[in-house]
Amino acid sequence: MRPKVAFFDFTSCEGCQLDALNLEVGELLGLLGAVDIVNFREIKTDRSDDYDIAFIEGSITKESEIPRIQAIRNQAKVLVALGACACTGGINCMKNAYPMEDLLKGVYGECAEYYNTIPARPISAVVPVDAYIRGCPPTTAEFVKVVKSLLLSKRPDIPNYPVCTECRMAGNVCVFQRGGTCIGPVTRGGCEALCVSAGRFCWGCRGLVDDPNTNSEKDILARYGLTIDQILERFKIYNSYSEVSKCQS
Amino acid sequence: MSELKIKVNQLTRVEGHGNIHLEATDGKLDRVLWEVTESPRFFEWMLKGRNYDDVSTISSRICGICSISHTTASLQATESAFGVKLTEQAWLLRKLLYNAEMLESHVLHVLFLIAPDFLGADSVIPLVATHGDIIVMAVRLKKLAYNLADILAGRKTHPITPIVGGWSKLPDIDELKAIRERLEKAMEDMDTMVAVVKSVAPMIPDFQRPTEYIALKDSKEYSFITGKIASSDGGTFPLEDYKQITNEFCVPHSSAKFAKHKRDSYMVGALSRFNLNSEQLLPKAKKAAKELGIKAPIHNPFFISVAQTVETVHAMEDAINIIDKLLARGLHEEEVKVKPRAGRGVGIVEAPRGILIHDYTYDESGNIVSANCIIPTGQNHLSIQKDFDALAPTILDKPEDEIRHTLEMLVRAYDPCISCSVH
Repeated sequence: MRPKVAFFDFTSCEGCQLDALNLEVGELLGLLGAVDIVNFREIKTDRSDDYDIAFIEGSITKESEIPRIQAIRNQAKVLVALGACACTGGINCMKNAYPMEDLLKGVYGECAEYYNTIPARPISAVVPVDAYIRGCPPTTAEFVKVVKSLLLSKRPDIPNYPVCTECRMAGNVCVFQRGGTCIGPVTRGGCEALCVSAGRFCWGCRGLVDDPNTNSEKDILARYGLTIDQILERFKIYNSYSEVSKCQS
Repeated sequence: MSELKIKVNQLTRVEGHGNIHLEATDGKLDRVLWEVTESPRFFEWMLKGRNYDDVSTISSRICGICSISHTTASLQATESAFGVKLTEQAWLLRKLLYNAEMLESHVLHVLFLIAPDFLGADSVIPLVATHGDIIVMAVRLKKLAYNLADILAGRKTHPITPIVGGWSKLPDIDELKAIRERLEKAMEDMDTMVAVVKSVAPMIPDFQRPTEYIALKDSKEYSFITGKIASSDGGTFPLEDYKQITNEFCVPHSSAKFAKHKRDSYMVGALSRFNLNSEQLLPKAKKAAKELGIKAPIHNPFFISVAQTVETVHAMEDAINIIDKLLARGLHEEEVKVKPRAGRGVGIVEAPRGILIHDYTYDESGNIVSANCIIPTGQNHLSIQKDFDALAPTILDKPEDEIRHTLEMLVRAYDPCISCSVH
């Protein structure tokens, strides 16, 4: 029987869902032939609470989102975090630097009491996650790779080496040599160093490698006369939920 | 006594989270409400203290569908604050990339999100079996728009190469030539898209509610990223004075702020642009408008997707023209010089759903002191509500399913970007 697949969105820009389906015609028809999409609010009206694989986009940023993700976890045999907001908390966690009341008052003024918000967190901070499709947004190729692995009941082969490895293979001049700052040395690869290849630098959207060599990152900083604060400012964009503390130690 | 209660939780086939409530007694409307439940992300606070080099990267993430619009508005706000002027080549590339966004977003809305309403399906998925040719064409057009963005910006969603003052990397000239061929060929698809929309046009609900239409206006062209703010009620406004129009306020049932000018609501987006600027459409787009039988002004919000179809033709035609200009003049590496300075800058663009405003104040080192973003859908929420107020009493004699579906279709017609509007 074809596995039943559901997509759910939490706090996010909803770009990952749409990008995931940015497939070639053949790939899309192949996917629709291999699975049964039963729940996908952004493109589909009918919904079902009977599904096997749940793709979760977005972070948890409201009390009401906690029971909702728990119910999805209870139903799904496999739960996949899709995109940076779901995997690491992503940029949503930048707001955690401020008291929640300050945010609400700052944005909504006298009407702040109408609304609620809690510190943003990745999905894994609330329920167990079985697989991660990283990036902001993930590449379509990686989405396809993970889906294929899941359908074959295999563990997806996602790199656990830093972006630098792929950056060198792409033949890029090192960002530090160009006088910039980059967190590619501790960020998980798999993106083929897309941003550096496009003339920019790595913002760390795929999260840190499992065992980031922060000492070597510190050596690089020393060599190029940069401070840890300069790097941390960049780290905080995508990795302020838990991983900044790891690097500071 | 007969009571009617309709509740739509988490409306489908729109971006973000919103609900519809309707209550009526004995055929008389008690209330109808458009409720926005999306979680706020507090982008204005995320941006505080951020260096200009990271600002458009962060603010792009406000929206996954119109990230090129956010990037462009953000860059133009920063450029305005620092007094940075773009070269002609940088402008051409920025406009070309913008066309990719218009194409992708409009095709997504018209052929993937709206079409099922008219073809009696719950989504595009069953249409693969019943209307295969149209869906294959829709996927092809969407892919074309993505690929155009890929070669210019590294990717469509959250573009990489557009930077303050220009581009971090130029496209490959051979790739530009190749995509030009595909765009030329896709002009044939435009005939099909126009024909499809024309064939369902008689099913568009007949509903009129004249309101104020607001869009950018530029004397030189059908404006997407240049010009001043203009109103169908008369007058133009400098970009810096946008607050005279938007006058944002909060309501308890919406985590997005509402906006209001002089009337009880105003509309932004493709229909507003068409109503204000249709004279400036390129020839093939004008021909498409004629074929579709639309002429400004149109006061039926269900016609937004018809105006989007005309704009899709315009964007494709404009993209081909821009590539021809680029190929004729050649691409040249240009040094981007940016010198931060303290001050305020406002960037306003026409996102696919209407005017999008980024307003930044920087300190002398180029770090953000304060930021304000006003989203097209935020401006349209009140227009949706006022349309509900006018439309609902006229359809209460219909079956419950039809009332529900008509209200859903009305919200969908606006192509709302709800999470974007809450940001």
